[in-house]
Order: sequence, then C-alpha cells, then structure tokens
Amino acid sequence: MSSAEINKNEVDIVIGALNADLTQFLTSWRPFFSGFHLIVVKDPELKEELNIPEGFDVDVYSKTDMEKVVGASNATMFSGYSCRYFGYLISKKKYIVSIDDDCVPAKDPKGFLVDAVTQHVINLENPATPLFFNTLYDPYCEGADFVRGYPFSLRSGVPCAASCGLWLNLADLDAPTQALKTEQRNTSYVDAVMTVPAKAMLPISGINIAFNRELVGPALVPALRLAGEGKVRWETLEDVWCGMCLKHISDHLGYGVKTGLPYVWRNERGDAVESLRKKWEGMKLMEKSVPFFESLKLPETALKIEDCVIELAKAVKEQLGSDDPAFTQAADAMVKWIQLWNSVNSSV
Amino acid sequence: MVEPANTVGLPVNPTPLLKDELDIVIPTIRNLDFLEMWRPFLQPYHLIIVQDGDPSKKIHVPEGYDYELYNRNDINRILGPKASCISFKDSACRCFGYMVSKKKYIFTIDDDCFVAKDPSGKAVNALEQHIKNLLCPSSPFFFNTLYDPYREGADFVRGYPFSLREGVSTAVSHGLWLNIPDYDAPTQLVKPKERNTRYVDAVMTIPKGTLFPMCGMNLAFDRDLIGPAMYFGLMGDGQPIGRYDDMWAGWCIKVICDHLSLGVKTGLPYIYHSKASNPFVNLKKEYKGIFWQEEIIPFFQNAKLSKEAVTVQQCYIELSKMVKEKLSSLDPYFDKLADAMVTWIEAWDELNPPAANGKA
Repeated sequence: MSSAEINKNEVDIVIGALNADLTQFLTSWRPFFSGFHLIVVKDPELKEELNIPEGFDVDVYSKTDMEKVVGASNATMFSGYSCRYFGYLISKKKYIVSIDDDCVPAKDPKGFLVDAVTQHVINLENPATPLFFNTLYDPYCEGADFVRGYPFSLRSGVPCAASCGLWLNLADLDAPTQALKTEQRNTSYVDAVMTVPAKAMLPISGINIAFNRELVGPALVPALRLAGEGKVRWETLEDVWCGMCLKHISDHLGYGVKTGLPYVWRNERGDAVESLRKKWEGMKLMEKSVPFFESLKLPETALKIEDCVIELAKAVKEQLGSDDPAFTQAADAMVKWIQLWNSVNSSV
Repeated sequence: MVEPANTVGLPVNPTPLLKDELDIVIPTIRNLDFLEMWRPFLQPYHLIIVQDGDPSKKIHVPEGYDYELYNRNDINRILGPKASCISFKDSACRCFGYMVSKKKYIFTIDDDCFVAKDPSGKAVNALEQHIKNLLCPSSPFFFNTLYDPYREGADFVRGYPFSLREGVSTAVSHGLWLNIPDYDAPTQLVKPKERNTRYVDAVMTIPKGTLFPMCGMNLAFDRDLIGPAMYFGLMGDGQPIGRYDDMWAGWCIKVICDHLSLGVKTGLPYIYHSKASNPFVNLKKEYKGIFWQEEIIPFFQNAKLSKEAVTVQQCYIELSKMVKEKLSSLDPYFDKLADAMVTWIEAWDELNPPAANGKA
C-alpha cells in the first residue's frame, strides 16, 4: 500500500498546539500532511495567537470553541497535552493521526523521509494479530508472512484499534532516565511493525499515535491528570493512562494494538533535570495501576466501547479511588468524557 | 537479494564469552562443512554432535573443533529402554545433546545455517548475541515499546513501572533467519521464491501469557533454568508427524517459563538460512500438525500449572499429565507423547542427578 492507495478523506490529522509558532512543524510535515484535513487544537492555557503557515486544509480550535461545545467547566479537561482530545471528540473521520508539535519527519536508514501518516493508516487498515506472536513480526507486509507453527485459524487477524509509532533522537523516556543519560539519543531504526499481544500491558505514548476513531474513539480518555502536570511530556502521564485503558478495552473486545513503525524525529525540548524537581507522582500512580489492570476483568456484557469505559471507570473508582485522589478524578473524567462523546456525536 | 557473510580471513574470537560454560548442539545427517565458515565465532567452543540416521556413516568434523559425537547406537547404549523418547530420522534427536551436556548454556544451530551479514555488511556473531541475550534480564510483565531496554542505547520508556525494571532471568534466546524464512509447507508452496531480506535490529521479550512458534534452527537457552523442558517430542520414523518438534518444545517452555517467571527473548541474532527443504515432503510431515495445532494451541493457552510445581521437572510432569488427559482424545499419538515426556524427565534426571550439580 502506498500513499496513493489510502483514502485521505477517511483521516483527520489532529495536532495539539502547545507552541504558538507551528511554522517549522507544519512546513516540515507539508509533504505528508498535504491533501489531508488538519484539526489544530490550541492549548487553552496558551496565550499567544497561533502562527499557521498557508496552504493547509486546517480547522483551528481554541478555548472559546471548547467552551461552546462542552461548557466552560468541562473545557478544563482539555488543557496542556490533553487539548488534542478535543480534536478527537469533534472529528467526523474514521482514522485519527496525532503527532506532537515538537516532532518532524524522521529519515529511514536509506535517507528517505518517513511518511508517518501513510504508515499509520496502513497499520490501521491491516489486521492485527494479538492472539499469537509471529516471530517475523507483521505477517501482512511485503516480504513477510506467518511462520511455521502459526495456527491457521488465527491468520485472518482482528481489527486494528491503534498504531503506536516510535521516536528517533529524543525517545519518550521518563525524566529520571533522561536526566541520568543526558546525552542518550535514540539512533536505532527498528524496521518492524508488530501487534502487542493480548493481555500484555504497555506504556502507550501520545507523541506519535493513530487510532480507528470509529472503532475505539471513546476509549481514548483524557482522564489522568498529574497534580502540577506540565507542558513537557516528562511532566505528564495522561497518554500512558489513556493507553492502559485503550489496551485493556481492545483486549476485551478482541481488537489489536500495533507498535513499531513509523518513526518521527523528536526535537530537543525541556530539561529532564528540571522536570525531576517536580514531585515524581506519576511513578507512584503507575505502580498502583499495574496490578489493577492485570487483575481487571470487564463484564462480558460490556460489548460497546462506551460501556467498557464506564465499567472501567467504575472499577477505577472502587479499587483505586482510595489510593489517590487522582484516580477518583480520572474515573469521574472518564464518565464525563463518555457523556460528552455521546452528546457531541449523537447527531452524527 | 541477501547473501551470507564471507568470514574467510576473520580471526577466531580471542575473547569468547562463556567458553567453558556453553555447549553447541548440532544435529546432522550429512556433513558439517558449514562449520568452516563459523570458525571465527564457534571454534573456541565445545560441540555436541548428534548424528541422526545411519550410525555407520562417518561424519567428518572440520579440523580444530573440539567435539563429542553421538549416533543412534550411542543413544541406545546410554539410555537403554529410555532411548524410545529420542526421535529417529528427525532433527528432534538434537535434544539428546541437551541431556548429555554438562554445561550451563546451550546453543543449537542447524547444519544449513551460515553466518549472516548485518545491514553494514559486517558478519554477525550469532553466538555472542545469544549470550548477551541470555545474560541480560527479560521483561515479560510489561511490554517495552523500545524493545530490549538493556541494550546499548535503549532504555525503558516513560510510563514503564519502576518496580518491573529489574526484570527476570532469561531462559531462552530465539534467533531469526535471513534468506529462507521458516515457513510451513503451504506457505512455501504458495511463495516458493520469498526470501527474508528484512533485518529487524531488535531483541524483545515475549510477554507473559503469549505463545509463539519456537524455531530450533538458531536457538540458545540456559540449561540450568529450563533444560528439562526442552524436549523436542516424538517425530520422524514411526511417528505420524514431523516438523513440530521445536514447536512442541516452544509451547511447553513458554508455559513453564511464564509459570516460573523466566523470560523468553526473540529477535537478534540472525543467521543466514541457506537451504529450503522440499515443500511436498514437508507437507506430508506437517499435515496432521496443521489440524492438531488448532486444538493444541488452546490447550497450552489454558494450561495452568499448580503452585506446588516449583521445579522445571515438576512443571513438565504436570504438563505431561495434562497432555494425556486433554489431548489423547485428539489422537492416540498424544498418549504416547505424554509417556515419552515422562521418560524424558526420568532420563534427564538419571543423566543429571541433582546431587552432582547441586540443584533441586
């Protein structure tokens, strides 16, 4: 499949603007964003006007729009990196591709710029294989297949819910790790897409991600907010929590989550050591989340995405609420999110 | 087009890791010429050659290699009646080599596997990579999106729980193959010309609870941690199935590793697989397996070992009872296989008495 074969009308590219000047970002992505509809959502706490170069088919949303659609009190759900979720909410397309505004196209080992958008859509359009691990990774790509011993009944795969891309240069490491290894940059281009097996948990990064909005849109929940959440990824966990929910629900409904290609090139931003000064609350929350998700079983009767999110929120409140107020807030936010999703998308 | 590495002129590795703690097990029926090209990387190590087929045939081992060789007569002599668990006329016989070894680590490789080249053109020292994989922890409880976090230049990503970053011991390192990929017969028939040219520069841990097809062509493992579970089953002469030896072992070891919190890695190193076996012959061997695996996979996916099973042998015996109970109805072969699994453990314990190596 090439970019000529994907249907651009099925895709919205959603960009959360945490920086006012998107000139460098959009200019560098122009070859690959061209022909697509863009939704740019401005962080409501960003004061400056956005600077967006000409020639894009783009709709820009700011705090005023958010308040119009969801009300002033709910608009706080979309601050910081979570602003992009507003774009997910109001999009009408089948697929969403979302890239952080400090990332530019990466180069593959042959020196060609990577078309991350097309690769994400290809990942989403092809089946996933979460029920059995294929040692040659993606069996549907050119030059590969299922290996000997792979059960034939599992070879048609399942729908792919999400495509999690990776990052060259500044990888998505946490603050302590990056602070310890200040000079470390990711130079390893691993030429593979693979399905993360069912029941396996993983930290899904929001920096370079795509998903099937029609299939799992409501499951991408802007819910877990760290006290003192900041404007650099080292000071957030919203995407990791969202990813844990998404993966669990995907497993429950029999969908797949892929990881690997495409890579983006992530620019230097922020200071890991600075971020370390903040209380490293995220670490504690993750430790509590793991056993919770490991033992969690959604009821068999939860067959719709929205129901799965509501059940998950209930379980979070019951089992984690007493551990930390952040979890109670997350559970409430998840319920609120489904209400908003239903009201915004009911007329569709 | 992908080519094997040219290792002529490469010096023998002056600092071979784990030289006295690792055995290389090679099953063969024809010759061991392929060892010529592996000299720089394998010559310092001790070989255990398991000769299948006609025991009167003389297998020539290239000069300079230190080895012990066992043919069918040796296997019968050493194991007596228990030799029935070791396959004949199938590379599954290699597991006899695992049993007689006295080393901590095993590397097993097929005699049609050459040295691969990495994308920079450099010859890949497959054994060195396997050793690195085995000596570094695994991370089966949480998937790291940057793959092996212990590799140079990699690490755990944001959100990876700190309590899980120490990892667990690695029991198995499963390598891959450039050129002829390990396809089953139907796929080979449909895609006879397909070659694997994609060098995926990653090692990763297969998550707990996930099964995979383990190929025995390029495999290493910690014999102390998982050896007794590496039985390659009843295949070949007199058996209704072939080419499922490594698969069977792979499903067993994965269930046991998950139960004992041991890790299984897959990915690097690559070897260059030179020979495609005859797909029609393969189809006849695999035929029953293709149907049976539809039942076997759910069996392994649902297999739960008891809390009391704390050694590999105990786990394996429990598994053999489950095989007898749940798979015999599929075919009487599984009844025989379950018995053979028990015989294997008895033979293993006889040749590897606990007192001698200080392990339970």
